[in-house]
Amino acid sequence: MRLKFVPDETNYDFFKYRYATFGVSVVAMVLSLIIWLTVGLNFGIDFRGGTTIRTQSTEAVDVGAYRDAIAPLELGDVAISEVFDPSFGEDRNVAMLRIQAQGEEESITAETIAEVEAALQEVDPSITFPSVESVGPKVSGELIQTAFLAVGASLAAILIYIWLRFEWQFSVGAVAALFHDVVLTIGIFSLLQIRFDLATIAALLTIIGYSINDTVVIFDRLRENLIKYKQRALQDVMNLSVNETLSRTIMTSGTTLIALIALLVLGGDVIRGFVFAITWGVVVGTYSSVYVAKNIVLWLGVKRDWSKDSSGPGDKGNQFANIDA
Amino acid sequence: MLHIPLWKRVVIWGLVLFGLAYALPNAFYGRVESHNDAVAAIETQGETPERAAAASGWPDWMPSSLVNLGLDLRGGAHLLAEVQVADVYEDRMDGYWPEIRDALRDARDEVGTIRRQDAAPGTLSIQISRPEAMGRALEIVRGLASPVASLSNAGARDIEVAGQGDTLTVQLSEAEKQATDDRTIRQSLEIIRRRVDEVGTREPTIQRQGADRILIQVPGIGSAAELKDLIGTTAQLTFNPVVSRTTNPDAAPGPRNSLLSSMDEEGVYYVIEDTPVVTGEQLTDSQPSFDQNGRPAVTFRFNPQGARAFGDYTAQNIGSPFAIVLDDEVISAPRINDHIPGGSGIITGDFSIDESTELAILLRAGALPAELSFLEERTIGPELGQDSIEAGRIACIVAFVAVLALMWASYGLFGFFANVALILNVGLLFGLLSMIGATLTLPGIAGIVLTIGMAVDANVLIFERIREELKTARGPARAIELGYDRALSAIIDANITTFIIAVILFLLGSGPVRGFAVTLGLGIVTSVFTAIYVTRLIVVTWFERRRPKTIEV
Repeated sequence: MRLKFVPDETNYDFFKYRYATFGVSVVAMVLSLIIWLTVGLNFGIDFRGGTTIRTQSTEAVDVGAYRDAIAPLELGDVAISEVFDPSFGEDRNVAMLRIQAQGEEESITAETIAEVEAALQEVDPSITFPSVESVGPKVSGELIQTAFLAVGASLAAILIYIWLRFEWQFSVGAVAALFHDVVLTIGIFSLLQIRFDLATIAALLTIIGYSINDTVVIFDRLRENLIKYKQRALQDVMNLSVNETLSRTIMTSGTTLIALIALLVLGGDVIRGFVFAITWGVVVGTYSSVYVAKNIVLWLGVKRDWSKDSSGPGDKGNQFANIDA
Repeated sequence: MLHIPLWKRVVIWGLVLFGLAYALPNAFYGRVESHNDAVAAIETQGETPERAAAASGWPDWMPSSLVNLGLDLRGGAHLLAEVQVADVYEDRMDGYWPEIRDALRDARDEVGTIRRQDAAPGTLSIQISRPEAMGRALEIVRGLASPVASLSNAGARDIEVAGQGDTLTVQLSEAEKQATDDRTIRQSLEIIRRRVDEVGTREPTIQRQGADRILIQVPGIGSAAELKDLIGTTAQLTFNPVVSRTTNPDAAPGPRNSLLSSMDEEGVYYVIEDTPVVTGEQLTDSQPSFDQNGRPAVTFRFNPQGARAFGDYTAQNIGSPFAIVLDDEVISAPRINDHIPGGSGIITGDFSIDESTELAILLRAGALPAELSFLEERTIGPELGQDSIEAGRIACIVAFVAVLALMWASYGLFGFFANVALILNVGLLFGLLSMIGATLTLPGIAGIVLTIGMAVDANVLIFERIREELKTARGPARAIELGYDRALSAIIDANITTFIIAVILFLLGSGPVRGFAVTLGLGIVTSVFTAIYVTRLIVVTWFERRRPKTIEV
C-alpha cells in the first residue's frame, strides 16, 4: 500500500482560472503594499536601534506594573509585551521590553539597563533577565541597507542564473514569482505586526531559495516537454508539465511543511517569527511557482524550437507565431 | 546497465564513513569537550591526574573537533565596538609639539617668538610673532615631516603644514591618518584579546570588522556590561607633575594644564600638567599587592627608558607632589620623598582587592590607544540558550520522524532507502560542520530542520521520475537508470539557485544569520551528494542482489 496525495495520472487544467488566480495574486500584492505603507512593519531593534530586555519570572506578568515601574526613568517609547509558548508551563512567565534608542551611537548605557532591571525587580523580586540586547541607531541604519542589498542581490543573481540556464522569459517569470512571495511575506508581517528583524531577512532569502527551487523544477520539465512536443500549444505543454511534476511538488512541500510545523510548534518562541516567515513562504512559494511564474511565461511566450541554437531575428518572429497558434 | 565501478563504491562509502566519524564526537558533546579542554591544559600547564582522566574520556585517534555552539545557544556576551580612531591624532600632534617647538626656537632670530594656541582636536596651531617669516617657519616645520610607513602610500609625508597670517597649523596627512587608523585598530585588537584572555574564557571571538570596528563575542561571561567594563576601560596610566591642589571644581587650570578630580578624596581636585613624565606604555609589569598598612595596592615596574625618565624626574623634584592618573582621574598624588632610581613602585589608593586585581590586569595588558564606543551589545543567559537547544532538539527529532514516516508510507522500500540517505545526510552535515569548525546558532538549527524537509526533494524528484519511466521503459533496471539521469538537471538547477542564496546570506549576513547560511549551504551539498550517489548506490546494490522482475516505487 502506498500513501498517495496525488493520483498517478492527473490532468488538471491549471490555466482554467488563470485570470482569477492571477487577479488574486495582484490584489494580494497590492493589499500587502497598502498595509505595508499604512500600518508599517514592526521593526525589531536590528533595524531601528534600541534595547530589548527579556524577562522571566515565576509570577504572572503584569504589563501595567512593569510600565509604571519604568515610567519614572523617562526612557521615551517603551513597548512591553507578554510572550506565550506552550513549553513555558505555570511558573515561567516571559515578557519582552523594548526601549527606544537613547543615544546617537550607543543605544543605552549599562547604568540605564541596571536601573531598569532594578525597577523591575522591585515589582517582582523573582524576575530574571535571560537576555538583554541593544543595537545603536548607527548600526541599525547600516543593517537595513545590507538587508535590502541582500534581497536585491539574491533576486538579481537568480534572474541571471535562470536566464543563462533557460530563457529570459523564464527568468522574468521566476523573479516575478519571487517578488510576489517577498511582497506577500512583508504584507503578512505588517498585518500581524510580527517583529521584523535580521532573522526575518534571512527567512525572506530562504523563501526566495525555496520558491525558486520549486519554480525551476517545473521549468526544467517544461523545457523537456517543449522539446518533446514541438507542435502542441504552449498552454497544453505547460499544463502537462505542471501535472507531471504535481506529485513531486506536493510531496516536497509536504515534507518541508511537516518539518517546519514541528519547528513552529516545538522550536520555542525565540525563533518563532523566523520559522513562521519560512512556513508562510513555502505555502506562498508553492502557489506562486504554479500560478504566477507560469502565467507570466505563458504571456511572454517562449522559443519553441530548442533543437537549434537561439538568437537571430528570424527566431523572434517564430516565437510570436507560436503564441498565436 | 546499472553498473557502478568498484572504486566508485569504495569512494562513496569511504566519504560517508569519513563524514560520520567526524560527526560522532557531537553525540558525546560533554565528554569530548572535557577531553579537548584537558588536552589543551596538559599542553600548556602540564599533566595532573584529573586532566589525564578527562583526556582519556575520548580516544585520541578519533576526530575530536566539535560543532561550536553560537552565543545564542551557549549564552554569553556580544559587543560591536567602534574605535574612536581620531583620538590618536590628538596624541600624535601633542607628541609632535616639543619637536616643532624646539626647531622653531632654534630659528628664533628669523621667525620670532612662538606660542601654541588652542585648536581643534588633532590640529596644532602655532602663532609666530613675525608673520613675514612664515615661509621660513613653514620650511622648518615641513623639514620635520617623515615618510609614511606604509606600502600603499609610499612617498607621502606624515604631516600637512599650512600657514595663514601669523598662524601656522599642522595636522596629520590623509595617508598618515590611514596608516595610524590601521595601527590603532590592530593595537586595540591585540589589547582587547589580551584582556579577554586574562579572564580565561573558552573560545572568545575577537575580530576586526570593516574599517574601524571590532566584534567581540565571549561565551560564558555573565553580561555585556561586565565585558564592557573589562575591555572598554582605556586604562591610560600616566604620571604627571602636579601644579596645585584645590577644592574648587571650577578652578581655571591654565594653558596645557588640566583639572582632574581625585579618586579617593571627595571634593579634591588637582591641577596637573598635560604632558606626562612617564606613561603606562613604559610599564613592563604590574601585580596586585598590599601596601605596608595591608591595604590593597598595585605594584608596577618600568622599562629602562621609563625608569630613566622617572628617576631623573624624581631626582629633580624632591619635595613636590606628582600625580598618578588613570583615565582622567587622579588615583593618588604622593609627595616625592627621595630619588626613585629603580623604576618600580607601588600605587596605593582606595581600592578593594577586586579593583586592585583588575587594575593590575588592565595595566599589564596595556592601554587602549583610543576610546571604544559600543554600537551593539547583546547578553544571552545560559539558561535561555539551553532552552533553545532543548526546543531545537525536540523539533528536530519530531520533524525527522514525521518525514521518515511520510517517505516510507509514500515510496515503500525506496522510501526506506531515501530514509537511510536522509539519516546519513544529517550525520554528514554535522561531520562537515565539525570539520570546518562552524558555529551552530539557533537559526542554524532551523536550517538543519529545513534541510531535513528539503533534502528529500532530490530523492522525490528521482523516485517520481522512476515511476514515470516505469510506465514506458523496458524493464526496471532501465527505468531506474533513466530516472536518475533525467532527474539530474532539475536537481542541479534547483540546488544551485538555493546555494546561490546561501552564499549571499553568508556574505552579507552576520552572527546567527551567517550560522543559518552555513547550515543551509552545507545541507545542500550533503543532500545532493546523498541523493545522487548514496541512494543510487543503495538502490543498485539492492537491485543486483535481488534482480526483481518488477519494481514498485
